[in-house]
Amino acid sequence: MTTAVPTADERIAPVGVLRRLLVRPELGAVVGAIAVFTFFASLSPVFRSVEGIANWLDPASTLGVMAVAVALLMIGGEFDLSAGVLTGTSGLTLAMLSAVYGWNIWSAMLVGLVLALAIGLFNGMMVIRTKLPSFIVTLGTMLMLMGINLGVTKAVTGSVQIGGIADAPGYDLARRMFAQTIPFLGVEFRVAIFWWLGVTAIATWVLLRTKAGNWIFASGGNAPAARSVGVPVARTKIALFMTTAFAAWLVGSILALRLTSVQANTGINQEFIYIIAAVIGGCLLTGGYGSAIGAAIGALIFGMADKGIIFAGWDSDWFKFFLGVMLVLATLTNHMVRRFAEEKRK
Amino acid sequence: MSTETTPQPGGAGAPLLEVRDIAKYFGSVIAVQAISTTVRAGEVTCVLGDNGAGKSTLIKILSGVHQHDAGQFLVDGAPVRFGSPRAALDRGIATVYQDLAMIPLMSIWRNFFLGSEPTRGWGPLKRFDVEFAKRVCRQNLLDMGIDIRDPEQPVGTLSGGERQSVAIARAVYFGARVLILDEPTSALGVKQAGVVLKYIVRARDRGLGVVLITHNPHHAYPVGDRFLVLKRGRSLGEWAKPDISRDELTQMMAGGAELEQLGHELERDAEDSELAAVAREVGQDAKDLGIAP
Ligand SMILES: Nc1ncnc2c1ncn2[C@@H]1O[C@H](COP(=O)(O)OP(=O)(O)O)[C@@H](O)[C@H]1O
Ligand SMILES: [Mg+2]
Repeated sequence: MTTAVPTADERIAPVGVLRRLLVRPELGAVVGAIAVFTFFASLSPVFRSVEGIANWLDPASTLGVMAVAVALLMIGGEFDLSAGVLTGTSGLTLAMLSAVYGWNIWSAMLVGLVLALAIGLFNGMMVIRTKLPSFIVTLGTMLMLMGINLGVTKAVTGSVQIGGIADAPGYDLARRMFAQTIPFLGVEFRVAIFWWLGVTAIATWVLLRTKAGNWIFASGGNAPAARSVGVPVARTKIALFMTTAFAAWLVGSILALRLTSVQANTGINQEFIYIIAAVIGGCLLTGGYGSAIGAAIGALIFGMADKGIIFAGWDSDWFKFFLGVMLVLATLTNHMVRRFAEEKRK
Repeated sequence: MSTETTPQPGGAGAPLLEVRDIAKYFGSVIAVQAISTTVRAGEVTCVLGDNGAGKSTLIKILSGVHQHDAGQFLVDGAPVRFGSPRAALDRGIATVYQDLAMIPLMSIWRNFFLGSEPTRGWGPLKRFDVEFAKRVCRQNLLDMGIDIRDPEQPVGTLSGGERQSVAIARAVYFGARVLILDEPTSALGVKQAGVVLKYIVRARDRGLGVVLITHNPHHAYPVGDRFLVLKRGRSLGEWAKPDISRDELTQMMAGGAELEQLGHELERDAEDSELAAVAREVGQDAKDLGIAP
């Protein structure tokens, strides 16, 4: 057999750099983020100031952690509708054990983590075993958690809120790690922003540069084909549900430590926001395609719109309208870009 | 035990695979019964038969998806019973399924190494060796004579024939000794089918034993060394190439008299129809592409 030498193929020249760039799933989100920033920055000087940036990065950060985890799960071909309410469950567990029962914050957080991972495992096992759509399975989990969050909180405290976390032993260190602010350019930035950046970086690395990342794309892209070449599809999907649960625990803990109290209805309706951010970031609803950076940028767009509308002096009711427009525009962009990038190259 | 593994087209030695009077039942359904055949290094064994003849069931036994209910299954002369496709793969038996082969949205090089990703580094920094994967993928496709424009291209943008070819190159790279192909040409046009048949010949020339399943004798005849014809789960016989002509094989498939009858009807119905021309073209194309002997 003669060994052929790879040479640059003249047929790839015309598709070149432009298509390479366009084929990236996060393109729509990047364009959207620039547009949204330009829009609000031109309307409001506060928005483009360092204070303003610190302000809108905050909601983007906690949403971003969740959106990135949900994006991985969606690339793996599944949904998790219980993720929002699970941030509440994690926060309430932390609050209940520390404030009501006087536990050390760290022990309370550990129990919250174990509980969250167990719920993630439950979601994953149910989806794999029953072969029901994860949309239905996790909708069930969401409703159950909603009931438990309210029911248990009311039964234990007689109200729908648990406060007093700040008095628990270990609070100071926990606050420093998860809920403090860090001065930069004379402005206080929330430490959650760094968690967001860290989670995005790790998720991107896992997705693009590890075995597991290849398995995630394959499990969502075509599970039977992946299985036939030895990819552990069931394990991959269960791990993704547990990753989403881990993110929910992290965000639930960050919010609980920051506010020092937790409402029993925390996280309700957030699950769709995570999915929307992931879709704006380039994730396909059908799985097998998407990006962690894209989802992080999707969350950034949310943060900017959320605060930008207030800085611009509009009624915050317009936020939802804005969201709808962004979702449709981003999805359309992604759709067209993908078609252009993937059309047969002759 | 035979240790002679150098390719010997048409040669002797213990066959890579052998089944003797094998059978598989699904409840009361007899999917295959009393089937015997051999697969040797450097040879193409063709399994022919109409839809429902039991071709897929037979190769699913060989590839570890099903376990046989009667008869013997030998690998390198020793009886085996595979518990999973992975177990068959570990013995060098690789299967390329028509639809199961690839993940359309993933790039060629990611597909190429899916399930067997090369890694570098240790502990938490253990990572997918992307540079190696891209380089080796491109090189191996070229060595098989498959000229892919860009390994970053999603597999979904490849033609059906190119996709099959990549899957074959992949199996060869990962050390397959036996390559099983279930109807690799059935969804393809004449040209594309020719391309896939060419790669089957390449794999054979590299010393692999190939099992080619098809219901098209025009695809099987030019590349096959032996032909096993199934009908309703039973064997109509097995022939080495010198013992059967293309026409005889075609007749065998359709059940002799039935086909002759059909042929006459077709000729009567449409002297000038494209149908007859198509049938002749198929044979001619195979010759043009250099796969016919
Ligand atoms: N999993 C199964 N359960 C029940 N019957 C099956 C199963 N797989 C195949 N069969 C039956 O076995 C027979 C042979 O099928 P198959 O091997 O798929 O044929 P072919 O691939 O030649 O078209 C058919 O009658 C089919 O209905
Ligand atoms: Mg079949």
